[in-house]
Amino acid sequence: MAESVVTEGEGGDATRRDFIHIAAGAAAVGAGAMAVWPLINQMNPAADTLALASIEFDLTKVQEGQQVVIKWQGKPVFVRYRTPAEIQRLAAEPQAGSPPESDAARTKEGHQQYLVVLGNCTHLGCVPTFGTGEFGGWFCPCHGSHYDASGRIRKGPAPLNLVVPDYEYVSDTRIKIG
Amino acid sequence: MSDHESTYVPKTGVEKWLDSRLPIVRFGADYMSLPTPKNLNYWWTFGGILALCLAVQIATGIVLAMHYVPNVELAFASVERIMRDVNGGDLIRYTHANGASMFFIAVYLHMLRGLYYGSYKAPREMIWIVGCVIFFLMIATAFLGYVLPWGQMSYWGAEVITNLIGAIPVVGEPVLIWLRGGPAIDNATLNRFFSLHYLLPFVIAGCVVLHLWALHHAGQNNPVGILIPKDRQKKDTVPFHPYFTVKDGFAIILFLILFATFVFFMPNALGHADNYIPANPLVTPAHIVPEWYMLPFYAILRAIPDKFGGVVAMFAAIGVLFVLPWLDTSKVRSMRYRPAMRTFFVIFVLVGLGLGWCGAQLPDAPVVPGMPSFQLFDGQLNSYLWLTRLFTAYYFAFFLIIMPIVGLKETPLPIPATISEPVLPGGGDAMTAAAPASTEKKG
Repeated sequence: MAESVVTEGEGGDATRRDFIHIAAGAAAVGAGAMAVWPLINQMNPAADTLALASIEFDLTKVQEGQQVVIKWQGKPVFVRYRTPAEIQRLAAEPQAGSPPESDAARTKEGHQQYLVVLGNCTHLGCVPTFGTGEFGGWFCPCHGSHYDASGRIRKGPAPLNLVVPDYEYVSDTRIKIG
Repeated sequence: MSDHESTYVPKTGVEKWLDSRLPIVRFGADYMSLPTPKNLNYWWTFGGILALCLAVQIATGIVLAMHYVPNVELAFASVERIMRDVNGGDLIRYTHANGASMFFIAVYLHMLRGLYYGSYKAPREMIWIVGCVIFFLMIATAFLGYVLPWGQMSYWGAEVITNLIGAIPVVGEPVLIWLRGGPAIDNATLNRFFSLHYLLPFVIAGCVVLHLWALHHAGQNNPVGILIPKDRQKKDTVPFHPYFTVKDGFAIILFLILFATFVFFMPNALGHADNYIPANPLVTPAHIVPEWYMLPFYAILRAIPDKFGGVVAMFAAIGVLFVLPWLDTSKVRSMRYRPAMRTFFVIFVLVGLGLGWCGAQLPDAPVVPGMPSFQLFDGQLNSYLWLTRLFTAYYFAFFLIIMPIVGLKETPLPIPATISEPVLPGGGDAMTAAAPASTEKKG
């Protein structure tokens, strides 16, 4: 039995050596990760890109029935002054789109005539055009997605409604996006 | 081959001096004298052609980078300046642009050669897998390069392709922003794409070294698809140089004639006219199409009704190539002796071309104009959408179902014992003057 104790002792020596290997390996992995992270993180948005957070827009520039496309954070934003006929038609409809939303949920209280949405198709990012398509709204030329006058997806491969960005009315005719 | 012994004998004093210090001449000489199966046909010349393509792209690319400015305000104009003001700049730019197409023509033929003759089978799996890595890097590099002129197709191609990554659940959105360097495709994106477009070709070159190393270690396949027995080495192989350097050289000249025809007489035939319109982040062209060499994969992407599902299918179409050596259950390498499989292979080639054709069409457009049709799930049956789905199904069935099953069920034709047997009376043992001249043209 004494021999087996000696063997265990040798095993114990090996364990201490193993510890050095593991510690050295762990230090190398840690140092590697610390070195790699800044090399990855440098590709995330830079401070000047993040600083371009919000813009203001004067709604009096938009005529009834017109759509103005403005650029915000490098993306198009549709600001559309909808006609009373369109608003009436949308108000009569139940919830639609994906996820199902009512038109009221996509506009601001008291400003139903103005629809503000990001102008990128939720499929692969192309810019839909207004006035074509089967639902009285936008049609995306890239892969044939149809949106209604509330910017809700009604047909085609796009998975979601046109995104309503964070915006607020700073006065009755000015909105701040972002 | 691995057991290829060095036959180099340094002759001059300089060579002897160098050989005992850095045997680089020996390395080159042994490399070029590699015993090569003597029955290789012209499908075996695309490796050399691809090496040339890589060299052309790197050389013209470095030159173009001396004049190109990777900034959204200046990129498009700097390319036009290359076209108008830089000495011979139009030629260099057209060579680089058409060079990408030539690169892909050659790589597709190279891959189909490997597929037909079983060049991916043991002991050549690593040659094939490294080749698949090279193919994937080529696609990535070509995509990054196409963004640089900052035309409409550049911009919206980048938008659509980066959005594919955004389709990945959970991590997609952060990775998308990381890749773009902001909320949208912008200067940060262009700037980094330039850096990576410069880097990746050198990674490809590194992979080509591994590809050739694996090739030289396992030995070249040949149209008969048999391993050359040890005792037949002398009879069935010839040194790579000068026999195949000259043959490859001849093929390269033919290929360069095709290349030059495009560069000099129809430099824009393979491109898209909309890329001569500067990028406009607010307007998407009515019909955006990728470059021709991406069309089959783009078609597979669009065939799947689900956004993320389409992305998975597209990457799976390339991913399945990596495991090809383990999907083919047949012991016979060359399809020359597999008549059943050969039929499926021909259909596969046609389906690949069909996918490319479908990728360029609008999904809703009818395949046969005017033919009455009916709605099937989410589209008319008589539409490119459903034709693409049919082709996509065959593409995957070919690898995942047909290859494993046909390999087990088929009865192959008798396989010759040596590569000389099919062409030389007596298996080439008696080297008569009658036949050998025609050996290379068969197949």
